[in-house]
Amino acid sequence: MYGILTIFRKEMGDHFNSLRFLLISALIVMVGVIITSMVGMAIQEELKGMAKPSLIFLLLFTSTGKLFSFVQFIGFFGPLLGIFLGFDSINRERVSRTLSKLVSQPIFRDSIINAKFLSGVAIIAIILIATVLLISGLGIRLVGVVPGVEEVSRLVIYVVISLLYISFWLGISILFSVIFRSAATSALASLAIWIFFSFFVSLGASVLSDAVAPISQTASGVDAEMLIRHERIQRLTSLVSPMTLYSEATTTILDPMRKTTRTLVLMGPLERFSMSRFQSPLPLLESIFIVIPHIISIVAITLLCFGICYLVFMRQEIRTV
Amino acid sequence: MKGQIIVETEDLTKKYGPRTAVDHLNIKIEEGEVFGFLGPNGAGKTTTLLMFLGLTEPTSGKAKVIGFDPTREPFKVKERVGYLPENIGFYDDMDARQNLRYIARLNRIPEEVTEKRIDYWLEKVGLSEESTKKVGTYSKGMRQRLGIAEVLIKEPKLVFLDEPTIGLDPDGTNRMLDLIHSLSREKNITLFLSSHLLDQVQRICDRVGIMINGNLVAIGPIEELAKKKLGLDQQDYTLEEIYMKYFKEA
Repeated sequence: MYGILTIFRKEMGDHFNSLRFLLISALIVMVGVIITSMVGMAIQEELKGMAKPSLIFLLLFTSTGKLFSFVQFIGFFGPLLGIFLGFDSINRERVSRTLSKLVSQPIFRDSIINAKFLSGVAIIAIILIATVLLISGLGIRLVGVVPGVEEVSRLVIYVVISLLYISFWLGISILFSVIFRSAATSALASLAIWIFFSFFVSLGASVLSDAVAPISQTASGVDAEMLIRHERIQRLTSLVSPMTLYSEATTTILDPMRKTTRTLVLMGPLERFSMSRFQSPLPLLESIFIVIPHIISIVAITLLCFGICYLVFMRQEIRTV
Repeated sequence: MKGQIIVETEDLTKKYGPRTAVDHLNIKIEEGEVFGFLGPNGAGKTTTLLMFLGLTEPTSGKAKVIGFDPTREPFKVKERVGYLPENIGFYDDMDARQNLRYIARLNRIPEEVTEKRIDYWLEKVGLSEESTKKVGTYSKGMRQRLGIAEVLIKEPKLVFLDEPTIGLDPDGTNRMLDLIHSLSREKNITLFLSSHLLDQVQRICDRVGIMINGNLVAIGPIEELAKKKLGLDQQDYTLEEIYMKYFKEA
């Protein structure tokens, strides 16, 4: 435990002193503030004349405004944050030959990798919480609506899910930093994984679903069963990507109006009508129930990723260290 | 005989696949001596050191360092033993003091003791003036001296030095050797020196062991080996002559 604490303290110091940390947090804070002020002003316009608006506060995070919402931004940029914080954590020490020195000190070998991972998680938590607080403050000032208990709880859950998700990417990049000797290689490998999951999985999903269950236009309209199969295949395939898991989980938890993580396929006017009839927000607990499988999956892949990282590091022969 | 046995091995063997790096090594080091561990590159010297520290597991055989089995209790060995690896690395963006402080913390040395020890050892290795400079700006000799200070900050009973003078200029080498020599005399620290720079080893070591291709081919005081290999009458021998004889025979 003592070893972990000492290395953790040093790693945190390294992060805070690094230009990289400054740049990333500045970028996230800047984008966050710009999005929020744009969205906030739009909401301000809409709210004029309304008597008692409800659930406005979360719109600050989910509403897309002119560009994209803060939630979308984190979903896209969060992985990069994790990758930047971890891609050279082990191989930097290996190249500068400090790793062999560390392992000959009276500490357990796993405290090195544990401390590196934990310090990364702590930095991510600091950036996330600071940004969310900043946006909330700015939002309260712009919109003038104070968040209630439920909105705050939804935000807290959002931050926790995001933290887990970004930690998954941190784990990926630390894993590559254990495997590859050169920092550039491990950064590129992590980026390749990121690009694969963020662009190609969704692309592949639609190609696959088109191939397996093509939707054909017939005289009587679209074949309903085929359409459902098509959607199901597309959905299942894209769930392979942690990005899809994350974005479904966060949009559902932040938007009480959403009652499912799936995309709705509305078949006819009656369905459309019934949807608009029953417009009421879901209680917090129900929203959590909907995304529980997503959250568990994210926790699982994060732990799995760190576990692999841990094993690879512990099994490496010291001579190569 | 100077004292107790501090390092002892029993048929210590390490195999990497089909290749045997260290073959049934039997060695005994006494407390307070300066032992020179010689051999050509790739003879298994570093592997042996790694096994002594519990950083590599032996394939078979046993080792005992300060009374502990490094495979079973690496923690206890590492607490009491200093290891200066070949080409030691530092955190280049920190200064000498910060580097030493970090290592002291990892060794659980109380903070109030740490500062005193840092002052003492920086003075001893002659780096007090440069102690607030970033280590990245240090020369090779300064880095090596800082490495010695870093190893000694935990006040070990036994120190393994892997090629401590390699890459140093003649003056730096001399100062390093004087420092090492004074450590053994003043602090009664046992030194285990792995090197292939024979003239240096001859200057400071009480006993030497010669390792070739994983086998310990000779062990003993230099005069004894000289007598054995070069004949009784010869007085003016160098370690190099002895070493080359063994090397050709192997």
